[in-house]
Amino acid sequence: MTSTIDTAVTIDTLRFATAGSVDDGKSTLVGRLLHDSKSILTDQLEAVERVSASRGQDTPDLALLTDGLRAEREQGITIDVAYRYFATPKRRFILADTPGHVQYTRNMVTGASTADLAIVLVDARNGVVEQTRRHAAVAALLRVPHVVLAVNKMDLVGYEEERFDRIVAEFAAYAEELGGGLGCGLGSGSSGGSGGGVDGGSGVAGFTPVPVSALVGDNVVDPSTHMDWYGGPVLLDHLENVSVAVGGDSADAPARFPVQYVIRHGEVRHYAGQLVSGSLRVGDRVTVQPSGETSEITGIDVLGTAARVAYAPQSISVSLADQRDFSRGDMLTAGADAPALTQDVHASVCHLTDRPLRVGDRVLVKHTTRTVKAVVKDLGGAAELAANDLGRITLRTAEPLALDDYAVSRRTGAFLLVDPADGSTLTAGMAEVNSPV
Amino acid sequence: MSGAQVSRAQASGFVLSHLDALESEAVHIFREVAGEFERPVILFSGGKDSIVMLHLALKAFTPTAIPFSLLHVDTGHNFPEVLEYRDRVVAAHGLRLHVASVQEYIDRGALRERPDGTRNPLQTVPLTERIQAERFDAVFGGGRRDEEKARAKERVFSLRDEFSQWDPRRQRPELWNLYNGRHAPGEHVRVFPLSNWTELDVWQYISREGIELPEIYFAHYREVFRRGGMWLTAGEWGGPRADEAVEKRRVRYRTVGDMSCTGAVDSDAGTLDAVIAQIAASRLTERGATRADDRMSEAAMEDRKREGYF
Repeated sequence: MTSTIDTAVTIDTLRFATAGSVDDGKSTLVGRLLHDSKSILTDQLEAVERVSASRGQDTPDLALLTDGLRAEREQGITIDVAYRYFATPKRRFILADTPGHVQYTRNMVTGASTADLAIVLVDARNGVVEQTRRHAAVAALLRVPHVVLAVNKMDLVGYEEERFDRIVAEFAAYAEELGGGLGCGLGSGSSGGSGGGVDGGSGVAGFTPVPVSALVGDNVVDPSTHMDWYGGPVLLDHLENVSVAVGGDSADAPARFPVQYVIRHGEVRHYAGQLVSGSLRVGDRVTVQPSGETSEITGIDVLGTAARVAYAPQSISVSLADQRDFSRGDMLTAGADAPALTQDVHASVCHLTDRPLRVGDRVLVKHTTRTVKAVVKDLGGAAELAANDLGRITLRTAEPLALDDYAVSRRTGAFLLVDPADGSTLTAGMAEVNSPV
Repeated sequence: MSGAQVSRAQASGFVLSHLDALESEAVHIFREVAGEFERPVILFSGGKDSIVMLHLALKAFTPTAIPFSLLHVDTGHNFPEVLEYRDRVVAAHGLRLHVASVQEYIDRGALRERPDGTRNPLQTVPLTERIQAERFDAVFGGGRRDEEKARAKERVFSLRDEFSQWDPRRQRPELWNLYNGRHAPGEHVRVFPLSNWTELDVWQYISREGIELPEIYFAHYREVFRRGGMWLTAGEWGGPRADEAVEKRRVRYRTVGDMSCTGAVDSDAGTLDAVIAQIAASRLTERGATRADDRMSEAAMEDRKREGYF
C-alpha cells in the first residue's frame, strides 16, 4: 500500500452532533462545513442546485444536502437524524445532524447518545433562548464529552465582540446551573493546542465558544477577517483537534464485557462480545454478573487471532477456566469497581414515543445484552411523561441488573424501556447509581 | 485526563484504527442478531458491500460456521463473473444459498417487464415473498448511510411490516448501541452492519483483509454503449437500441447491480491500490456515477425503500 493510504487507515474518528433550529442557520452551518472542507461531491451539489433552481432560489440551498426525506424537503425542516460522513487529512467525522424543535428533542437525544461533541447553535441577534437551554440540557444529560457554543450570524450584529461575550457569559451561567454535566464527560477537553478558552478542566462549564457566520464563512473552516478580537480556534480546527475517547481512554476504566452470544466449538465455549470498557488479559480473574460466580480467562480471540490482552471497544471472544454455562445477558467484570447489582433502578430519562409513560406501566428494560421485565414505580412525582419530556424514574426490575452510573460509563449506565406488547422503544434511561433520587 | 497522561492501552502501543473500530462495530451488530433472532439471512448480491458483510460475519463467529444463510435476489441480468464468484464463495464456506428469481416471476406473469428494461425495481416483490415464505426475521443488507440521502436516515435495525414497507416517519429511535429488534410475527427487521462505513472504508478494508472481489471491479476491456451519461454493458437484457453505438472501452464497475441500470466508469485501475487512489480522488458519489435507478427522481431511493427495497 502507498503511504497516503496507510495514513488514512490510522486516523481516528470524531462523532459529533449539531443542534439548533432552522432559523439559527444549522443546515447552513452544516452545509458550509461540508462545502468548505470539500466534502460535497459534484453530483450531490448539482442535484441541490437543480432543485434549488426549480424552486426559484438564486443560491443552492445547502440544507437540501441533509434533509433527505420528501417530507423534510417539502416542509423545509429537519425531522429525523441524518448522518453525514466526511474526512479531512487529520480526522474522519461522523456528523449526526439533528432537528432543533422541541417536538424533536428525542431525535437530538438520539444523535447525542453516541456523540463525542455537540455543537449548540445560537443566533447572535437573539442570544441564549429557551431552545438553547434545552439543547445544553440534553448535551449535559447525555454526558456528551465536549460542547461547542457556535454563535452564528455574527455578520448581522456587526461582528461585535461585546455581543459575543455577553452570550458566552449567559450560556456559562446556565451551564453552571446544569451542575457540571456539560462537556465534562471526559474531564478536560481541548488538545492539540487549540486552546478553547472556556473549555478545559476548569470544572465549571466545559464548552468552547466560537463566533461564526455560516452564511459568509467566517470561522467555520477559514479564519474570519472581520473578528480580529477573537483569538480562539475556527470551528473545523477545533473539531480536528479535540481529544476523543478511542479505546485508549476507556481502556483505563474497569473491565466490562457483556456476553452477546456463545460460540460452541467442540467442548469449548467461546463467550463472544464487545469489550465496552477496560481491558482483559489471559489469566485475569473475572466475576460473572448477575450470578456473582468467579472464573479465570484462559484464552482471548480477536476475530480469529489469539491475543494475550484486549482493549475496549474491541469485539472479541473469551474462554474461561470452568465449563459452566454462562449465556447472553451475563456480564464479565474485572477490577476493583464492581457495578451495582440492583433491582431498584434510579435514572434520568427522556421519553421518546407519543404514548405517555405512566406510573404502574409494565415495561422491558434493555441494558447491554440483557432484557428484563420491570414496573414503573415513580416518575419523579409526576403522573406521566409525554413525548420529549426529560424527567426522572424509579423502576423495580424482575431480575437484578449490573448497572454503572451513566456519568461513569455511557455504555453500561444506559438502558432503553421497551413496550412488551408491540416492541416499540419507549424511553431512554441514564442510570444514577451513586445518587439515588 | 490531561494530555500528559497516557492510558494503559496507549502505553502498551495499542492503536485502534478506524477500520478496526468499524469492524468491531459491525461484528457487534452481527452477534446481536445471532443472539436475538431465530432465522436471520444475509442479502448477498456478489457486490463488494455484501462480500464485506459476509467476510465480517465469518470473522464474527470464528471458529464455527456462520449461523445464517444467504439470499440472492437474481434479476436475471447478472454479470456472469459475479454469479461465478457467488457460487465459488458459497461452496468454499459451505453456505446455504437461497435464490429469489425475478425471471421466474416474469415467466409466470406475476411481474411485468418495464418499458426501459430495468429490473432493479422488480426485485422488491420476489424479495418480500421469499422473506415471508422462509419466515426470515432478520435480513442483513449492505446499505451504507453515505450512499444516498434517504439511506442517511436509516437505522441500523430497521423494522419492516409484513409487506416489507419502510415508514421513515415512524422509525424507532436508536440510541447508544442498544438495538431494539423486537417485532410481531410476520414483521421482520432489516439490519445494516455497514451503516457507518463509507465507500473508501469498504475499499480500504478489502485491501487490508485481502478479500477477493469479482474481476469486474477492476479495469478491463468491455463492449459498452452510452445511455443516460453512463457506460452500459451490451447484452441479452436489451441494450443497445439501434441508435446507440457499441464501442470497446477500458472500464471498471464501482457498484454491481442489475446490468440494465449499472454503469461502468472509464478506468485504467487494474489493482486494489489503483482503485482506492481513484475513489479517494473522485468528485462523484458511487451511486451518482453508476446508478440509473437513483436518477429517476429526487426521492427515487426513498420511494423504493418504502416499498420494501433494500
